[in-house]
Amino acid sequence: MSSQFLKFLLRFVGLVMIQVLICNHINFLGYINPYVYLVFILIYPSQNNRTNFLLAAFLLGLTVDIFSDSGGIHAAASVFAAFIRPGFLKMSFGSMYEHSAIKFGNAEMGSLLSYVALMVMSHHVVMFGLDFFQLAELLSILKNTLFSGVFTIVLSVIIILLFDSNK
Amino acid sequence: MQQIINFVIRNKNFLLFLLLFAVSVALTIQSHSYHRSQFISSANRVTGGTYGVFSSVSQYFGLKTENQRLQDENQMLRQQLYNQQNAQLSNDSQLLIDSVYRVVAAEVYKNSYSGNYNFITINRGIRDSIKQDLGVITDKGIVGIVDQSSAKYARVISILNKNSKINAQLKNSNHFGTLEWDGASPNTVQLVDISKFATVAVNDTIVTGGKSAIFPKGIGIGRVTEVTDDIGGDTYILDVELFNDMTDIGFVYVIENRDKKERLELENLSNE
Repeated sequence: MSSQFLKFLLRFVGLVMIQVLICNHINFLGYINPYVYLVFILIYPSQNNRTNFLLAAFLLGLTVDIFSDSGGIHAAASVFAAFIRPGFLKMSFGSMYEHSAIKFGNAEMGSLLSYVALMVMSHHVVMFGLDFFQLAELLSILKNTLFSGVFTIVLSVIIILLFDSNK
Repeated sequence: MQQIINFVIRNKNFLLFLLLFAVSVALTIQSHSYHRSQFISSANRVTGGTYGVFSSVSQYFGLKTENQRLQDENQMLRQQLYNQQNAQLSNDSQLLIDSVYRVVAAEVYKNSYSGNYNFITINRGIRDSIKQDLGVITDKGIVGIVDQSSAKYARVISILNKNSKINAQLKNSNHFGTLEWDGASPNTVQLVDISKFATVAVNDTIVTGGKSAIFPKGIGIGRVTEVTDDIGGDTYILDVELFNDMTDIGFVYVIENRDKKERLELENLSNE
């Protein structure tokens, strides 16, 4: 258990550092950034305690928020993504996931892509919705969600395939 | 009672989600209002230290351009110095006591410009007498206003922040307005409430006004690229292209107006 905790801690710190030191400064075309810290939520073991998972997601988002002076938008989006994850797991991987742990890096490509895409998009909609916080800015919210979302999906899938598969 | 407890236990994850989500939204709303975002700030030891370590590595990549910039600025300052007729160089101490403005150089540890509420973190804090509401500039123009400070770091509200409101005026007349940002482009800010009596043309220079006690009068901001009427039609809205490249800021100067307190007291007196 403690070695698993250590692994989570390393992953947590590593992803936050990558996010705030590198990914927050990419600003492709002026405003498009990937949000790769989401990988922590994506590959969190599916059978673990949900309460701990929600708390970990909140802490993750809050840490990114503190680094990027963004109030609570990352925390809110992360908690939201963590909360709806079981639904998306079921949609993408079938109800089998409840009985056996999923190794995301070895999962079928179609399932993995649909799962990552659903998670990333719902996370980004909440995040940019809170960032703009105006219905009049709906177009900006959707634009940001789409462009940053595609960027995040591609990077997340690459990271998951590279680091979470045992081949 | 038993049922309530059972309900809580059965739905504890959902309730926890609601709680955490509500906390996050509250923090977000708080951060959208000026001078309220006290809890979640990058001006603290952990984040400042982390950015500092990273910055000490990454600043090597910009050394050449930074040197060039400093040289240009030195050249400009020397020009001003030699052209000043009654500047007495030997009398430095006197100059220091009389001077209204105190200037502190600082290094930018973090700069964001892609969001709606952008902040800059600098490596000077309370230890260097950096307090709330001091102005921050570069050699080219204004950058923002200090929002809060910890012992070693301070957070600056960038002019690329929807909450930022700075007094500014036309260089060739005294018509003044408020500098705001609509969140669209990191190169362009808006100067609103410019009176219709002002003669404004494209390419006019915009500088800081003397109305606020934060910035000295006459610091460069940018040049006008577009003149449009306000919805009401009584005032102009000017699109201002910034002199500063807000996406590339390495070193800044924090300016303290030593007379600010006295001036504010006087102004409050006359308001009553």
